[in-house]
Amino acid sequence: MRQIPTKKIADTVNALCLQANTELTSDVEKALKQALKQETSKTGREILQQILENAKIARKEKLPICQDCGLAFIFIEIGQEVKVTDGSLTKAINDGVKQGYKQGYLRKSTTSDPLTRENPGTNLPAMVHTEIVPGNKLKITVMTKGGGAENCSAIKMFKPTSSKNEIDDFIVATVKNNGANACPPLIIGVGIGGSFDQAPLLAKKSLLRKVGSSSKWEKELLNKINRLGIGPMGLGGKATALTLHLKKGPCHISSLPVAVNIECHAHRVKSTII
Amino acid sequence: MHIELKAPLSDNDIKKLKVGDKVLIAGKILVARDLAHQKMVKKSPLDLNGSIIYYASPTPTPPHYTIGSIGPTTATRMDAFTPALIRKGIKITIGKGKRDPKVMAGSVYLVVPGGAAALLSKSVVNSKVLAYAELGSEALREIEVVGFPAIVAIDLKGRSIFK
Repeated sequence: MRQIPTKKIADTVNALCLQANTELTSDVEKALKQALKQETSKTGREILQQILENAKIARKEKLPICQDCGLAFIFIEIGQEVKVTDGSLTKAINDGVKQGYKQGYLRKSTTSDPLTRENPGTNLPAMVHTEIVPGNKLKITVMTKGGGAENCSAIKMFKPTSSKNEIDDFIVATVKNNGANACPPLIIGVGIGGSFDQAPLLAKKSLLRKVGSSSKWEKELLNKINRLGIGPMGLGGKATALTLHLKKGPCHISSLPVAVNIECHAHRVKSTII
Repeated sequence: MHIELKAPLSDNDIKKLKVGDKVLIAGKILVARDLAHQKMVKKSPLDLNGSIIYYASPTPTPPHYTIGSIGPTTATRMDAFTPALIRKGIKITIGKGKRDPKVMAGSVYLVVPGGAAALLSKSVVNSKVLAYAELGSEALREIEVVGFPAIVAIDLKGRSIFK
């Protein structure tokens, strides 16, 4: 067994929270520059320039890219030959998030109760998803995701005999109805299959991929969405979405769940392998 | 060509704003979002006549800074409270996303680019908490801005920039 102490894990999560919130990843920046080249709306171009300028200031001054530093989603892939020492893995992750959000002057947006809305000011608990994988490594991915875009997401339980067109229509309609409120140009995660709980997780995990639609279906959907004319910040234009990622999973003979997880252009994901 | 705006505003000041116009705001702006709105409609801690409300809650202020990153939040979440605040004298609201022009009757809605929070913080020259400090980042603030850039999304005639 390979031993990894909890302190190492907490320190890594801390550093990833700081990086994710202040350094826009190069793939998103590249996609924004590409969108700027193709944008025909004058206002749309101005907004894309402001977004790129914002990323520059944030990186240089270590300021949060967005005031909504999000819920802290932590995706853990832990090798089955790893033994975590000196305490609890969950506590180490939470300690790292708490420390990172404090050190980086990041906004704490996690409420402890959905109805009383009490905000303990720690951004805890972290939203942790853990997977056990072969090997002796530990992969930690931090995604900080704002509430405005998350609110525009949707799930629908289709019939197993539903057509691809019906699924396409649902995905495009989700963006059409709410996309303008989610800080376009968007990054769209689609989860197809699994169960009522798994489809949204597939959609969320598809957001972790490097930006760029690859399959024929992804490209078709992205083209349809970019023909909606929503544009940067919903003020009209070509750049409604930068990319669409689709992830499929096995499901029940009676089911065909489809989840659309909407992400804003301030897409903040950082990973490390220990 | 930018139009310059400075609060307190009169009906005449906002009448000239047309959908799509680019404006630069100077002077004092109130900053509030969901929970502060819920409290303000019951009993406003200040005179709102002629004022501008920006839907936002900044990141904590780092040392040697005036304010942290401060971009807009989704405006439509404030719709239930907006008509009551317009009756109390609010002339302009600033946020992001689509809104129903009917909700905005008697006021003008401006948008600023969401997720450009570090950039927008550079237009803020002063910031203080006015009320509801217990709400932390969601407290009611007053900020002073210079050259704060915004776009008219819904004008006084109810014309909207959104399709």
